[in-house]
Amino acid sequence: MSAVPSVRQWSRDLAMGAKFAFTGGREGWMRAVLTAVGVGLGVALLLLTTALPSALQARSDREKARTDITFTDVGIPKASDRTLLVAAVDDTYRDKDIRGREVQPEGARAPLPPGVKKIPAPGEMVVSPALADLLKSGSGKLLRERLPYRTIGTIGEPGLVGANELSFYAGADNLAPRIDGSRVTRIDHFGEPLGPPDKLDPVLLLLIIVVFVVLLLPVGVFIAAAVRFGGERRDRRLAALRLVGSDSRMTRRIAAGEALSGSVLGLAFGTVFFLLARQLAGSVEIFGKSVFPSYLNPTPALAALVAVAVPAAAVLVTLLALRGVVIEPLGVVRAAKPARRRLWWRLLLPIGGLAMLYPMIGKGNTSGNFNQYLVIGGVLLLLIGVTALLPWIVETVVARLGSGSVSWQLAIRRLQLSSGTAARMVNGIAVAVAGAIALQMLFAGVEGDYTKDTSNDLQRAQMQIRLPYDVPLDQAREQFARTKGVRQVTAIGSGSLGDRKRDPNTSTSVTVGNCASLREVATLPTCRDGDVFLVKGPDSDLDAAKLGKPGRTLYIDPSYAESFRGRQAAWTVPQGIKAARIRTDATNGLTGGILLTPSALPAGAAQAIEGNAYLRIDQSTPDVYDLVRNSTAKLSPLAHAWTWASTEQDNRYTSIRTGLSVGAACVLFLIGASLLVSQLEQLRERKKLLSVLVAFGTRRRTLSLSVLWQTAIPIALGLLLASVVGVTLGVVLQKMTSVSVRVDWPSLLSMTGIGAGVVLLVTALSLPPLLRLMRPDGLRTE
Amino acid sequence: MSIGHTLLGLLESGPRHGYDLKRAFDEKFGHDRPLHYGQVYSTMSRLLKHGLVEVDGIEAGGGPERKRYAITDAGITDVQQWLATPEKPEPYLQSTLYTKVVLALLTHRDASEILDTQRSEHLRMMRILTDRKRKGDLADQLICDHALFHLEADLRWLELTAARLEKLAEAVTR
Amino acid sequence: MTPAGSLLTAHDLRKAYGPTNALDGAEFSIHPGEVVAVMGPSGSGKSTLLHCLAGIVTPDSGSIVYNGQEMATMNDAQRSALRRSEFGFVFQFGQLVPELTCVENVALPLRLNGTGRKEAERTALSWMERLEVDDLRSKRPGEISGGQGQRVAVARALVTSPRVLFADEPTGALDSFNGERVMDLLTEAARSTNAAVVLVTHEARVAAYSDREIVVRDGKSRDMERIV
Repeated sequence: MSAVPSVRQWSRDLAMGAKFAFTGGREGWMRAVLTAVGVGLGVALLLLTTALPSALQARSDREKARTDITFTDVGIPKASDRTLLVAAVDDTYRDKDIRGREVQPEGARAPLPPGVKKIPAPGEMVVSPALADLLKSGSGKLLRERLPYRTIGTIGEPGLVGANELSFYAGADNLAPRIDGSRVTRIDHFGEPLGPPDKLDPVLLLLIIVVFVVLLLPVGVFIAAAVRFGGERRDRRLAALRLVGSDSRMTRRIAAGEALSGSVLGLAFGTVFFLLARQLAGSVEIFGKSVFPSYLNPTPALAALVAVAVPAAAVLVTLLALRGVVIEPLGVVRAAKPARRRLWWRLLLPIGGLAMLYPMIGKGNTSGNFNQYLVIGGVLLLLIGVTALLPWIVETVVARLGSGSVSWQLAIRRLQLSSGTAARMVNGIAVAVAGAIALQMLFAGVEGDYTKDTSNDLQRAQMQIRLPYDVPLDQAREQFARTKGVRQVTAIGSGSLGDRKRDPNTSTSVTVGNCASLREVATLPTCRDGDVFLVKGPDSDLDAAKLGKPGRTLYIDPSYAESFRGRQAAWTVPQGIKAARIRTDATNGLTGGILLTPSALPAGAAQAIEGNAYLRIDQSTPDVYDLVRNSTAKLSPLAHAWTWASTEQDNRYTSIRTGLSVGAACVLFLIGASLLVSQLEQLRERKKLLSVLVAFGTRRRTLSLSVLWQTAIPIALGLLLASVVGVTLGVVLQKMTSVSVRVDWPSLLSMTGIGAGVVLLVTALSLPPLLRLMRPDGLRTE
Repeated sequence: MSIGHTLLGLLESGPRHGYDLKRAFDEKFGHDRPLHYGQVYSTMSRLLKHGLVEVDGIEAGGGPERKRYAITDAGITDVQQWLATPEKPEPYLQSTLYTKVVLALLTHRDASEILDTQRSEHLRMMRILTDRKRKGDLADQLICDHALFHLEADLRWLELTAARLEKLAEAVTR
Repeated sequence: MTPAGSLLTAHDLRKAYGPTNALDGAEFSIHPGEVVAVMGPSGSGKSTLLHCLAGIVTPDSGSIVYNGQEMATMNDAQRSALRRSEFGFVFQFGQLVPELTCVENVALPLRLNGTGRKEAERTALSWMERLEVDDLRSKRPGEISGGQGQRVAVARALVTSPRVLFADEPTGALDSFNGERVMDLLTEAARSTNAAVVLVTHEARVAAYSDREIVVRDGKSRDMERIV
């Protein structure tokens, strides 16, 4: 016999272990399936993580390929038979963004947008499949009014960045006079020839990294705990094998086989979970962005690494757990009582994590570049710090707890003897809660800043509509005044006023509106149509005072050397110019310069005036925003409406936060299930003792309470630690993204609440078996 | 062990010649020490004298005269009494007890009753010894322990026999 | 049927576990201060008889009267309370709570009865002294020998000064020397408090500590005193 075991020997031992993993009755199965589900979730998350970079790349490539409007005046090609006029008519419906373009070919060889076979004629459009569905559905009724075009086809996948993207190309005419380089332009090809590689929004990148770390880590902790399920039973089984002649190496191989088979099943589960998630990804939107399932392809090398690393890690954990155990033929000898846990190295982990995160503080605002490795490392160290600190805390606290009632005493003494087991079971919950709290805080912070970000005065107006020059202000005012849910319309046009036709030396702004509208931007003494005002006040424009001398001829919309030619409409300051007092307007800005009532505006100047309507809205009217948008579309497809109110924008975060809560809850319940399994295993081992205690006349309540304390104490400590670490990490993340620091109490409470709920549930579910075990049958062993 | 009671018990199943009695005794109980015919003869004359047996008939002819003995009512009562009375618990009782059990089985009496009675008697003795041991010095304790262990061995034998009565009944009545 | 002066009597007890009749018309009675051994082969129903007498298991039929009170009319909580305050228990093994120290184990029945921790442990310690295991007070059950463990268990059974002590094979896992030590201390302590002892055993030398024995065979009991 050779000293080195043959391959056959090895495979036989591993196969035996695999057999043990799935035999052993209902608990054996439950354990195997729980382990596999845990490993599977981890694998699926890992695969998603490896697929994410390529998915984002694919998205950004598609986005670039369809780029049309580059927001520059320069490089606009001359009209030819190969050019196309494009107008951005992006819109919003309910809380979804719609990418919209009006297109007008200037010749037979005009470029086709990606994914579009034929350029629609005026009155026609091509739409993305998601938009087609929306238009057909009942909830798309208001949108149908806004897009009254005939649908002649759909946009193919190459023209979309996500399966759920709402997008359309509508045919148009008469776009040429509106070319301004920003909203309407002329192109001879789609796509961005060259340009800097797209950078992901650093805050978004941070969120993605942290989400994955936060979800992966508890699953990792869970896997580590899961492969130790039924450890005592396994050790006894191995001891029995030793008795019939296997050596210690063989038993270790058998144990490795058990762990290996569980994790291989987990790999299979994980692949299935991943494929499901990939399909699901087509219908899920994050930040209003969706992807195509085909984008989510894990890099083969990374996927292979996952397939090897996960079973290897499972085997490693098992062998590590067996390190402190000597399996003898007549039983299991645990290595000498483990030394008292030390604090210092456990503290090093979270401190190290904070140290790695510290240099990132404030980066979200300025250069916007996080070092991904430092972020991942820091978050990992902080959260792993929880798993390192918790056993020490549980041991230290439990050792100091005095005795109270009998149930309390029983629980405390049990925890004192095996605080490690207790802490290990709770570690997963603590890490999950800590991570979830931190993430919720980050989201809450980002969300809070979004709300505060707007400087507009939401009391005075909640929507703004930018009007193209050919829409008269009066028409707009009437249109919106007729719209249901609109309480007040302020329609104001603005433009510039100079002392010369070209390159003026002195210039000021000119604001046009009826008396009611002008009163929104300045305090007027009296007002009639035809009046002209010069705004005066401490912060008023000094140039305006120079220019506003009666009789002086000025030019509205003067031309500048490096821009489009202006309208250069001449206007003479009338004798009756009145003084107006400055006042903050709805945008919290100060309007200075000269104010004109509509009939004071010279002919030909109208086109030089950019109109804006500010609406005060009754937000209780259903779909009021879309009613307004529909009115806007009726005025002109090129008019653009947007909301100032933050309520709509909150929704995108709300859905993510809900998703996160659901994810965290799922992880918690998975851990809860494993808690239950080990709890039941432990109870069954104590069947005889429980029967004896019942014979003594111990009340059921006492024993039930002791089971509750036994779970509740470590979990309470775990949740406490998780809250502290979670809030710390949350604050650091908030500082990193430079949002204002605030603790998000509702999510803190809800996460700890879910954790506590898991304890109660586990206890409640272990009560019926406990009561059954407390029957005197346990005494009938002899 | 009482040969007289044993022979009486054997007679309960029917009258026999002296020589038949010896053969039956040897077969059932005398595996290692067969009975001399002289012992049978002397025992039977003693039983005759006490009126526990009677002569059922005499066969004349060659050789020694052959009397046929039958048990009397007094004899049956005597056997009954002997079986019901527990033996004084002392070492090496098993041959007597065994004889009693087999006789009981042969005569269709309740053998377990005999064992239970004996068991109770043993335990009574053990109680006394245990009590003496608790009150006595070390020497007393050691002596009592010796007796206790022997009694315990007997008692175990009694229990084992009780558990195997059915099999034994099959074997002896075959 | 109740013999005069008996503390606990049972009449015509029947109990079936599935198809097997563990008890099939068993009788029992015990006086205060009496030690009664329940003997019989394995599986004869001795332990079931003890469980019924102690109110741990309810018989299918028959009556059990403790101190003039019919146990069948009590509910689970009342029987539990009875076990806590009036009865004491010693089992073969695995009865000490491994997490608790010895003195805490002994004090447990008092604590279950609502006695404060300090007082309970003081009483417990005095009983441990009587059973000569007071030096083990802060050891855990895993750290002491089987004989010591049984003595701790006896101290625990007696700590509430029960009126009936139920002992199910109390020396089953011990050698003869340790077994006798335990029996000596147990019967002595029980006699000193005038407690009745129901002693289930299959060992004659253990049964020899009794005043009287009954034999259970096939679920039927025989009072040997009445035979002799």
